[in-house]
Amino acid sequence: MANVDYTLADLCITAAAEAWRGDGEILASGIGIVPRLAAGLAWRTHSPDLMMTDSESVLVSEPVPVGPRDGYEPKVEGWMPFRRVFDILWSGRRHAMTSPTQLDRRGNINISFIGDPKRPKVQLLGARGIPGNTINHACSFFVPSHTQRTFVERVDMASGVGFDDSRWDKGTRRDWMDLRLVVSNLAVMDFKGPNNRLRILSTHPGVSVQQVQEQTAFDLCVAENVGETPTPSAEQTAILNELDPHGQRAATVKA
Amino acid sequence: MQASVTSWFGLVPEQNRGNLVNKRMSAADVVSELRSGMTIGIGGWGARRKPMALVRELVRSDVTDLTIVAYGGPDVGMLCAAGKVRKLIFGFVSLDVIPLEAHFRKARQAGQIEVMELDEGMLQWGLRAACYRLPFLPIRAGLATDIQTLNTELRTVQSPYADGETLLAMPALNLDAALVHVDQADERGNGQVLGPDPYFDDLYCGAAKRRYVSCERIVDTAAMTDSGCVHTLLLDRGLVDGVVEAPFGAHPTSCSPNYGIDAEHLRTYSASAKEETGWADYRAKFVDVDDASYVNAVGGAEKVSSIPHTIF
Repeated sequence: MANVDYTLADLCITAAAEAWRGDGEILASGIGIVPRLAAGLAWRTHSPDLMMTDSESVLVSEPVPVGPRDGYEPKVEGWMPFRRVFDILWSGRRHAMTSPTQLDRRGNINISFIGDPKRPKVQLLGARGIPGNTINHACSFFVPSHTQRTFVERVDMASGVGFDDSRWDKGTRRDWMDLRLVVSNLAVMDFKGPNNRLRILSTHPGVSVQQVQEQTAFDLCVAENVGETPTPSAEQTAILNELDPHGQRAATVKA
Repeated sequence: MQASVTSWFGLVPEQNRGNLVNKRMSAADVVSELRSGMTIGIGGWGARRKPMALVRELVRSDVTDLTIVAYGGPDVGMLCAAGKVRKLIFGFVSLDVIPLEAHFRKARQAGQIEVMELDEGMLQWGLRAACYRLPFLPIRAGLATDIQTLNTELRTVQSPYADGETLLAMPALNLDAALVHVDQADERGNGQVLGPDPYFDDLYCGAAKRRYVSCERIVDTAAMTDSGCVHTLLLDRGLVDGVVEAPFGAHPTSCSPNYGIDAEHLRTYSASAKEETGWADYRAKFVDVDDASYVNAVGGAEKVSSIPHTIF
């Protein structure tokens, strides 16, 4: 088999595309370039039933390439203004991938602020739709820089729900919470370790399990059959070149 | 007894039938009705279809100590920079093309404003509760997160049915006033959105005691259905107290299909947060000026009209 030229971004996108495998006719929302290309790659390779938007207000019949359109017209198949995104996400028919600023051992993520709630050291976006997303439908995460500052012991603000029992009232439905896949620049992980601990499924080529642990502020567990993250095939990189004709993805992940 | 519509209409003296209420106002008229301490909802979303002409008028006024409810963009940033905000009820503040809003961040990081941070869906749910005169609406979003722990006023409610589920009781966000911007309106207050997303502007109006709509153009009622299908008629006149004609009134945010987000201007605005006299300089040039001077200062009508739509 011929060697395929790929970047770390291509590898992360290919791994992240697996998050949506088998999801069927639900809205695949990839927020940011890597998650969006991952959803597009999932659509183009194994999950053509996924629904996607133009990242604004319409549903499209095929993934819209990122960046300047150069005459490409999105293939509109439906209307999805923000108000209807709530309709679909509260019904559970969605799987979103976002990039948290912090993620902790309980699966709680933070995109709100760092520091004191009354006077934050760093104000970020605000919780956006994360509280509703994480309690209603499948959520996966892409973290472009895997360090002890992003994979933290405890988030400064829990914008999303997680496995911390003390946060849950006994009458609250937890069964729609579905934290799926976590892809970073070092590894692919899920929350299926004992007691929902974050578990390494594979490390990227050239990265050891120990390196991933060193860059994480809490103890990870390791899947029994942990291996190397599969590298993209020629077909996958060709599709990515079509979905990202201006090569915007390369700069999005730290080597 | 049954009365036909025509017979009731017949009770209106013929000479009064054409005498319809004219809700046309100036931006200054709108702001003259606002008071310090009010809770004001601002329509649009991030850097999209914000009633910026009305916001600039508000910045120029002496009204202060406001509680602002918004999916925030430069509206929130400017009001923070001008020291008008006591409390912000929000799901996010972003310029979209620049993810973080510099003036909002500056105010937050200085501890200048009180906040009620919400999930985006909770915010619309609170507006909807207010629209329907309900004290709250049940929702799952926010439970088991710090939205619940930081907003100590939030309460849960238990389903009275067999499931017994515990839900968050999102309180109504009752507004004293709503400010929104649409493409077209008539003088009676019917408002039309020609772009692809109504955002939540109808909910802001429904949740407020006084409702003010700025628009690119005031047109004859009949001209609205010539411009777009009936689905574009978002605001009925019963939801609107004042109509302000404000061409380019959403700039530097977008007003699709008229003009896109002015990313270049937003970069200038954003950068002004970093300098000592940055906001004062920005304000002198772009806020403390009349509408015609504003349009000239940002490059003129032709340039604004040709700002392309941002590709996300």
